[in-house]
Parts: sequence; C-alpha cells; structure tokens
Amino acid sequence: MAGSIEERIALGREGIATAAELAQPLAGRLHEWIITVDHKRLGLMYIGGGLFYFMVAGLQASTIRLQLAVPNAGIVSPQVFNRLLTLHGTAMVFLVGMPILIGFFNYLVPLMIGARDLAFPRLNSFGYWLWFFGALLLYFSYIGGGGLQGMGSAPAVGWFAYAPLTETPFSRGNSTDYWILSIFLTSVGSTATAINLITTAFTMRCPGMTLNKMPVLVWLAVVDAGLMLVALPPLSAAQVMLLLDRYMGAHFFDTQAGGSALLWQHFFWIFGHPEVYVLVIPAFAFASEIIPVFSRKVIFGYEVMVAASCAIGFISLGVWAHHMFSVGMTPAGNAFFVTSTMLVGIPTGIKIFNWLATMWGGRIRLRVPMLFSIAFLFQFLISGLTGIMLAVAPFDWQLTDTYFVVAHFHYVLIGAILFMIFAAVYYWFPKATGKMLDERLGQFHFWLFFFGFHMTFDTLHLAGLAGMPRRIYTYQPGRGFEELNLIASIGVILQGLGVITLVYNVIRSLAAGKSAGRDPWDAWTLEWSTTSPPPEYNFPEVPTVHSRRPLWDLKHPADPDWRYE
Amino acid sequence: MNLARTLRMGYTVSGNSRSSRKSIGIWRRRLIELFLSLGYAALVAVPAGGEDWGMGAANRQIARGAVFSPVSAPAGEIATLSWFILAVTAAIFLIVFGLLLYSVVRFRARATDEPREPAQLYGSNQIEFAWTAIPLLIVFVLVLTTIRTIYDVQGAMEPPGAIHVRVIGHQWWWEFRYPDLGIVTANELHVPLSDPAHPTPTWLQLESADVAHSFWVPRLAGKTDLIPNKINTMWVAPHQAGIYLGQCAEFCGTQHAMMLIRVVVEPRPAFDQWVAAQRQPAVSQSVEAHGRQVFESNACVSCHSVRGTRGHGTYGPDLTHLMSRQTLGSGAALNTPEHLKIWVGDPGRMKPGVLMPAMNLSKNDLDDLVAWMVTLK
Repeated sequence: MAGSIEERIALGREGIATAAELAQPLAGRLHEWIITVDHKRLGLMYIGGGLFYFMVAGLQASTIRLQLAVPNAGIVSPQVFNRLLTLHGTAMVFLVGMPILIGFFNYLVPLMIGARDLAFPRLNSFGYWLWFFGALLLYFSYIGGGGLQGMGSAPAVGWFAYAPLTETPFSRGNSTDYWILSIFLTSVGSTATAINLITTAFTMRCPGMTLNKMPVLVWLAVVDAGLMLVALPPLSAAQVMLLLDRYMGAHFFDTQAGGSALLWQHFFWIFGHPEVYVLVIPAFAFASEIIPVFSRKVIFGYEVMVAASCAIGFISLGVWAHHMFSVGMTPAGNAFFVTSTMLVGIPTGIKIFNWLATMWGGRIRLRVPMLFSIAFLFQFLISGLTGIMLAVAPFDWQLTDTYFVVAHFHYVLIGAILFMIFAAVYYWFPKATGKMLDERLGQFHFWLFFFGFHMTFDTLHLAGLAGMPRRIYTYQPGRGFEELNLIASIGVILQGLGVITLVYNVIRSLAAGKSAGRDPWDAWTLEWSTTSPPPEYNFPEVPTVHSRRPLWDLKHPADPDWRYE
Repeated sequence: MNLARTLRMGYTVSGNSRSSRKSIGIWRRRLIELFLSLGYAALVAVPAGGEDWGMGAANRQIARGAVFSPVSAPAGEIATLSWFILAVTAAIFLIVFGLLLYSVVRFRARATDEPREPAQLYGSNQIEFAWTAIPLLIVFVLVLTTIRTIYDVQGAMEPPGAIHVRVIGHQWWWEFRYPDLGIVTANELHVPLSDPAHPTPTWLQLESADVAHSFWVPRLAGKTDLIPNKINTMWVAPHQAGIYLGQCAEFCGTQHAMMLIRVVVEPRPAFDQWVAAQRQPAVSQSVEAHGRQVFESNACVSCHSVRGTRGHGTYGPDLTHLMSRQTLGSGAALNTPEHLKIWVGDPGRMKPGVLMPAMNLSKNDLDDLVAWMVTLK
C-alpha cells in the first residue's frame, strides 16, 4: 500500500505554470486568478491580500509611533491620530490576521488530508471576494466618509468602537458606516470559509485518514472554524443593530434615548475574545507542524494537544467580560470571569509543555522557521503570563486601557501570531512556489524583527505601569513616559527593516531562488508528497495513509508510525 | 572597488542569469536609498516636542510613581496582590523559559550527530496529568486570592464620615460636584487625608454626560468607567498628602489625551479651608465690571456658570473659582493670565478639537474679560 505514494511521486508534474500558460497575455493570466475556485490560488490571494494590508496598517502603526516618539509632537493632529489607530486596529484584525490565517488553512487543509480541493470551491471564492470588497470599503472611508453632513474621512472610534461614540451625535458623516459595513462583509466571508473548512475536514479525508490520524493543523482548523461560526454572528448582529440605530432611529446603543452602552460591549467582546483565539489557534497549528519537523520528532501527546485545543475553544466562549472588569460589574460577576479566564491558562500551558516535550531529546535544526517558532514559544509564554496578570480583576483595574494592555496583546498578535505567520511563510513558501527563501536573509529578518519587537513592546509594558493610557495622541513631558516611548519608537525601525528584508527575500527568491523540490525540509505530512507547487488537482492519485505521518512511514518502512499510534 | 565586487559576488550564488542579477542589484540599492531617505525625513519631521504650555515643569514638581507606589487604600491592596501575582508568574516564567533554553542548547543539531533520527516519543499520560494538575493548583490559589481582593475593594462599606463626590465625565473634562457641601468644580479633585483610626474616605459616584470615560488615578485606586445611563461607584482613602496625576482611560473622542485629572490630597484643616473658600461667591463688582459685561453679553453664559452672575450654563466647567485651579482645559495648560487670554481667544491652539469655540472678541473686550476672570479666585 505504501508503494502508492511512490507511484504518485513518479507521476507528479513539476509546477502549475506550464509553458502554454506562461505564454498567455497578462490580462488572461489575471483573469484566471479572478475566476479561480482553486483552493491554492484563493489561499495565496488571501495571504497576499493580507500581507498588502499588513504593510498599510504597519505604516499607520509606524506613524502612530512616530507621533508618540516625543511628547507634544505635532506630526499628526488628534483627529488624524484617532483615525490611524482605528484603521490600524481594525485592519490588523479583519484585513490582515483573518485573511492570512484563512489563506493558510485554505491552502493547506486539502493538501494535508489528501483532497483535491475544499468541499465547496465556489463558496470559497465567494468568501474571498466578500473579504476583498469589504476590505476596500474600510479604506474607501478616507474618500467617502465625509457624507452629507461633513465631519468625515476615516472612522475615529477605535477598533472596538464603544457606544455611544459610534452613534450619530458623536460620529457624524458616513465614516462609521464604512467601518460597520466593512466588518460585516468580511465577517460573512469568514463564516463561509468556516463552513467550508469544517465540511472539508469531516468529509473529504483520503482513505485511511480517520479523525484520529488527521494532522494537528487540520484539527486546529476545525476548532478555529467552529469558533468563527459561533463568534462572528454576534458581531454581525451588533453591526446591524448599530446601523439601525444610525439610520432608522433604533435605540439599542443610543444612550441619549435610553439605550445601553454596555450592551454593545457585551456583543463586541463575546465576539472579540473568541476572536483572539481564532487568530492564535492557527499560530498553534503552524507550531504543531513546524516544531516536530525541525526537532526531528513526532509531536508529543497528539491526543492531548487536540483535546487542549478543543478545551481552549470551549472555554474561550465564556471569558469575554474580562475585557470589562472596569465597567462596574458586581463582585460575583467579576469573580466568575476571573475564574473562567484563569482556566484557559491550563490547556494553554499544556500546549506549551507538549511543544517543549517535542523538542526534548530531538535534534533541533535551527533553520529560519524553527527560529521563529522558538521565539514564538518564548513570547507566547510571556504573553500568557501577562494575560494571567490581566485576568486578576483588581490588577486589571490598574492595567486595563493602558499601554500594558497594548503591549500584552501585541505580544500575542505579533510575538506569537505574526512570528508564527513568518515561520509558516518560510516553511511553506517552497511548497507554494517551488523556490526556497534565502536562509541568510531569513536569519537577518528574524534577528532584526526579534530585537525590534522586544525594543518596542517590552518597554511599552513599563509605560503602562508608569500610568500611560492607550489611545492618546500625545502626552505631556515630565510624567516619566518620554524615554520609554522613544525606545519603543526606535524599535519600529528595526521591525520595519525586518519586514523589508522579507519582502526583498520573497521577490529575490521568486526570481532566482534555489529550487525546492517536493520535500525540502524532510517532512512527514501529505502536502510534501506532491510537487512544488502542487498541480491544480493536488494529487495525481488520491493517497492512502496508515498513520499521522504518512511520509515517515514511507521513509522508515522498517519502523512505521502506525505501530505506535 | 574590490569590496563592491565581493559584495556583488555574494548574490551570484543562487542567481540564474546575468540580467536578473543586475536588476536585483539596482533594486536593492533603490530600496536602501528609499529607506535611508524615509528615515532621514522622520528624524527631521519629529520636532523636539511642541509647546507644553508650562505643563512639563508643573508635572516635574509632582512626585513620580504609579501602580506600584500607592498612597491610598484600594491602590495599596491592589499593589500587594499584584506583587504576589508578579512573583508567581515570574517563577513560572523562570522554570518554563529555563526548560526552553535548555532544550534549544542541549538538543540542537550538531554536525557530529549520527545521521539517523532521534528516538520518537509519542506521549505519556503520567506526564500530561502532572502538567495539568500542577497548573490547576496554581490557578486555584490565584483565583481565591483574587476574589478575596475583589470583595475587599468592591464590598467595602461606606463609613459615616465619608465625603461624597459626583464625578461627571464630559468630552473632554471632568465635573466634580460635592452635593453635601454645595461645591461645583472641574478637573481638579480635592479630597481630605483619611486617618486609618477615623477613616474619612471619599466615595465617588461616577456618571457620564455623553460617551464612556474612565476615572483613573493610579496611585489612589484602579480605574472605573463612567458610562452613560449607568451609575458606578468607587472610593479612595489616601494616607499621604500631595498632588496625584491621573487621566481618562477610556477612548472618548478627539481630545481623549487631554482629559487629565489632578487630585489634591490635603490634611483635613486645609481641605476644610478649601471647602469654605469654594462656597464663597467669588464675583467682584468693581473695576473689572466691563469684563463681566463681556462675559454676560456673549455666548460664554450658555455653557459656563459663575455664581452671582447671569452665567448659568452647565455644558462647560463652572468658572466661579476658576483661578483656584492649577490648570486650564482639563490639564492642557498651566493656569496663568497669559495662558487664559490665549485660551479664551482660541482654545484650539492649546487643545485642538476642543468643543469650546474661539470667541472672536475684540482685543479690548478680551483684555477686560481676562482681567475680570483672574479675579475669580
């Protein structure tokens, strides 16, 4: 039976772009990408689009840090600053994090389960284009936000847009409407993808791949998609309610007519906290594939890893009000959310320990994907521990809405998620393009970004403890914020250099990179058994597997995995 | 010359054609140039800090310190709990980070390794149980200590001698009303020292006139939000006199950054003196009368109150004892006659986006108005 994979390798076609395809005019090739329903192309379009907005929102963040580098700086006005912080936050969550992670799942899930595409390819394309136009709407607000009453440009309400600041008396013009509609559209697109991923994982696995033999990444894709299905509808509902408030005189959140400001907060965070896990679970998924391959060991405690991920998914649905410890909940309410939040730490800790146990006794190859993964473990550990501090409600009364929180969630979003996205880019780029990324440039990128990140966000924890609230467009001298902010801003330069190195590396490697071959990392999951890039149909013949690591079985016929699982 | 050639050679290793190598070189140089010019522009564009209207010097006179240097009861209890949490998390960090560092150093691949794969270890139920149970115990302890502090702070009973203040958040200033004492003031909260033997804490009733705000003075207490249509309470019981800085901690619009708080903690006699002075009507009728007419005959009165005049507005801060306050515009500028003149003339200069409009008064009117206002002691 194992021979069937070898046969497939013999049959595989090198690359998708044949000479005939390349001979097409540019418009024709562009047309092919627009009409495509291929999960790999859509995945790459998601990732590419996400990386584009990453640059845009990153430049906005750099402007924010430039303005805050010194006290009373006049780079931007307060109005412009508030728009920057709103668009930076909204874009990084809905236009960067979501599409990149959805893109990776899109690309990888069918390949890793030996399928030829997702279950609903056209739904997949529909979801992508919803995201595409929803994303355009957000930035179009810079042009169209003025509306009939003036007061315009982009929204300036913060990414969680607390009521009643978003109501018409405080947010005139159309900018907030663009924010609402953009998030609404991209969320509907994500919901479509979630349905697609779950259906694919449950119905399209190749022969032999029982649920118990599904790669950890696919399991986490299922958990992630499940969370999206539960968490996104409250957000969409809240956006519709807000639109009704703004246009039809409903009074859900309109406090001046007796509405409830807290209702919005509950709606938003019952989406917003699971959303954090929607973003971080893919990072767990990448780590669970990359760490074993570069430690040369099978993942430690597969069942426990999957169970812990499911537990995180479930518990994360009951912790949302830890974002609201300062709104004046009852002591009992606070105590409940302290407890549920602390409980999330247990499965999270289990995951960290299992990754460490995977590395333990291995032969760790310190290539670029592994460097990013080790930094991920280090930073995710710290962000988990600062998360424990924030879960302690009285400590949170001091820390919430300060730069400590900003530093904490950037540790999660950058230190954990973005680092693992970088790791995934270096790891799967050879599969998607057939070319290796340059190792030396990758190391450069890693160290620049690593030091830049720590310069910026380690110091911002201290700024929060020194009493600096978040979302202020400037601060006065003499309060102990100056030095910390200057160091934090200088760190941005190193991070920017790191990202430029990556972009240069990608362009250079596409043009003149080393050829990757099918399996450059000597890995074990199915995507490495087909050509790089895989043909449109992924596998010439549907593979059959006997264990969680089909390529390990192939490479070690004398000692296959299925004997031990 | 040789150096340049060597540098270029570094990129010939993986290149596949002469022309692509050349274009990569050009692009690399262009990128570097672009970045250097951007960096230069940034350095030139960042001014050494704009006009601070005297606030930098004023801030430096106030002792530094925040979350971990409490001077009041709830902040003190919170700091104690926080130190405990920090100690526990630091211990966890040291252990796990130590394990990570050890694995990377000890198990990194070496050139001398045998070519075969290391032993494959699929898992262990005993170990999994251990690293589930131990964190569970830690969480149990943390949850109990936390809940205890929550009830200590939120469940505290109000003693009979407590001072009451209504704190009302506005875009972008603070209104402080002492209902029992008949005082209305803004942006600077006065509270008495609280002697632990005879506690006289201050109970703050938090409300909002427009959007959500948050009252935060880190050395006194944690923050509590001011939410429209909801009344929150918090309390402080300071045991050290001084001025303490705080500010709005919930994003509330354009000038969220300039919604600063000063809390003046005084011994009881000084506090009583301040109360007595605030209860006086402060209007003088004599030489500055023209300034008062300017005040009363302009739009000032629709937003501002000065007790004893026709000004009864409530949209802006009460100005009856304006000159007893240290700052203007909720901490935007030091309160001096010169700054006051600039503020009344064009408040947006000191606080861009402020809701008070520029008053467009003639120079004479402005001079007389400010001459009258500085008598509002």
